Amino acid sequence: MTVALHQTPVFRRGYRFQFEPAQDAHVLLYPEGMIKLNGSAAEILKQVDGQRDVAAIIAALEAQFPGFPTLKDDVVEFIEVACGKHWIELR
Amino acid sequence: MANTGSSFAKPGVVVGQPFWLLAELTYRCPLQCPYCSNPVDFAKQGTELTTDEWIDVFRQARDMGAAQLGFSGGEPLVRQDLAQLIKASRDMGYYTNLITSGIGLTEKRIAEFAEAGLDHIQISFQAADEEVNNMLAGSRKAFAHKLEMARAVKAHGYPMVLNFVTHRHNIDSIDRIIELCIELEADFVELATCQFYGWAELNRAGLLPTKAQLERAERITSEWREKLEAQGHPCKLIFVTPDYYEERPKACMNGWGNLFLDITPDGTALPCHSARQLPVQFPNVRDASLKHIWYESFGFNRFRGYDWMPEPCRSCDEKEKDFGGCRCQAFMLTGNAENADPVCGKSEHHGIILAAREEAEMAALGMDQLQYRNEKASRIIAKV
Repeated sequence: MTVALHQTPVFRRGYRFQFEPAQDAHVLLYPEGMIKLNGSAAEILKQVDGQRDVAAIIAALEAQFPGFPTLKDDVVEFIEVACGKHWIELR
Repeated sequence: MANTGSSFAKPGVVVGQPFWLLAELTYRCPLQCPYCSNPVDFAKQGTELTTDEWIDVFRQARDMGAAQLGFSGGEPLVRQDLAQLIKASRDMGYYTNLITSGIGLTEKRIAEFAEAGLDHIQISFQAADEEVNNMLAGSRKAFAHKLEMARAVKAHGYPMVLNFVTHRHNIDSIDRIIELCIELEADFVELATCQFYGWAELNRAGLLPTKAQLERAERITSEWREKLEAQGHPCKLIFVTPDYYEERPKACMNGWGNLFLDITPDGTALPCHSARQLPVQFPNVRDASLKHIWYESFGFNRFRGYDWMPEPCRSCDEKEKDFGGCRCQAFMLTGNAENADPVCGKSEHHGIILAAREEAEMAALGMDQLQYRNEKASRIIAKV
C-alpha cells in the first residue's frame, strides 16, 4: 500500500473513533471489538474527517506539534498501517 | 438501588471492567436451532425486563466502562421496543451490535435501526445450502429471507458480520459457505464450530465433527485467507475450533467476571451465556445495582482469583493463562464446577472428551435425530 498526499482518508464503515473515559484513551470501535490507541495515533485519527487529504493532515499536525522532523514520515507510515488493517480507506 | 447483602469481593484480586455487555432481550425465537446456547429450561424463566429497566441497565454498565453492547436473545427482533433501546444506548456512546437470525427483519426495520444509530448487524446462517439451512432452523422460508436481508443490510451501509455455526452436517460445505459470504460482501465471517452448551450439549453426538472434517475445514479457511489477503480484500475470516479437539482448555470469557457481562431476559446477571446452569446463586438487576453485582456479588466472585481451584489446576503453571478452562463445561461433564475443564489433558476426566471424539468417528447421530429447540421440548426436557 502506498499513500499519496492528495488522497483523503476516511474511516471504514462500521469503524468509530471516540474517546473512552473508562480507558482514558481514544479508541477505535468496530463490530464486537475495540482497539485502544496511543497518543500519536489518536492525534492523527482526530484529523480524519473525510475532507482533509493526507497533505492537509500533515500540515495541521505540523502546526500543532512543531519541531518533529520525522512527523511527515510517521503520519504516512501510520496511514499505511491503518489502511492495511482496513481501519481507514483512501479516497 | 439498594445494595443489599454483604460483599464477596476477594482481597487482592484485580477485577477488569465489564467491557462487553450482552443484552439477551428475550428467549422468544421463531427458529428451533438444535445448537442454541439458551438454557434448556428457557420456557420456565421469569418475565422480561421492561424498556425502562433495560435502559437503566445500559446506563449503569456504560458508567462502569462497557463500550460494546450486543442485542441478542432468543431473537431480539421480537422486542417491539428494539429501535428505542438502540437509540438510548447509542446516545450513551455504546457501539451497538444486533445479533439476529434475520427472521423478522424487514427493509423498514433496517432503516429504522439505522436512524436510531445501530452500528452493526450480525446475521446467523444455519448452512449455505437452502435445504440444510431450513431443516436446521426448523423453518421453510428462512434461507431465502436471510439472503435478502443480508443484501439489504449492506445496501443500508452497515458493516456486516455473517455467522455460521458449523457442525458435522454442514462443515464439509465450508468452501461454499465462505464463497456465499464473500458474495454477500460480509466484512467479517465467523465460522464457529459449535460449542457444547445448552441445546447443543443435548445434541453433541449429532453435532461434533470428526477430526478429519475439522482439519479439512481449517485448511480450506486458511487457503481462502491467503487468497483474500493477496487481493487486499477487507473481509476477515474468523475460524473458531471446538475445544473438544484441544489438549488445553480455553481461557473461558478471559476469566470469570473479568470482561463480559450477560443480562438475561428476566434481569439475571451472568458472567457468561451458559452460567445459569451452575449451582451458583446469580444476582438480578431488579434487586441490586450493577456495580454491586459486578464487584461484590457472590456469583460474580465465585471463580475469581485462584483460591477455589483444586488440583491439578491449583499447582499448574498455566492456571493464569487459562483459569482452568470453562466452569460450565467442568460442571456439565464432571458434576463439579471447580474441577479442571476436562478438555485439559491433565484432567482426570479427560477420558470423557476422548470418548466424545471417538463417538464422532464411530456412532454419530443423523440430522433427523437432533433435538430441536422449542418451547414444547423445553418444558419436557427441563421437567424435574
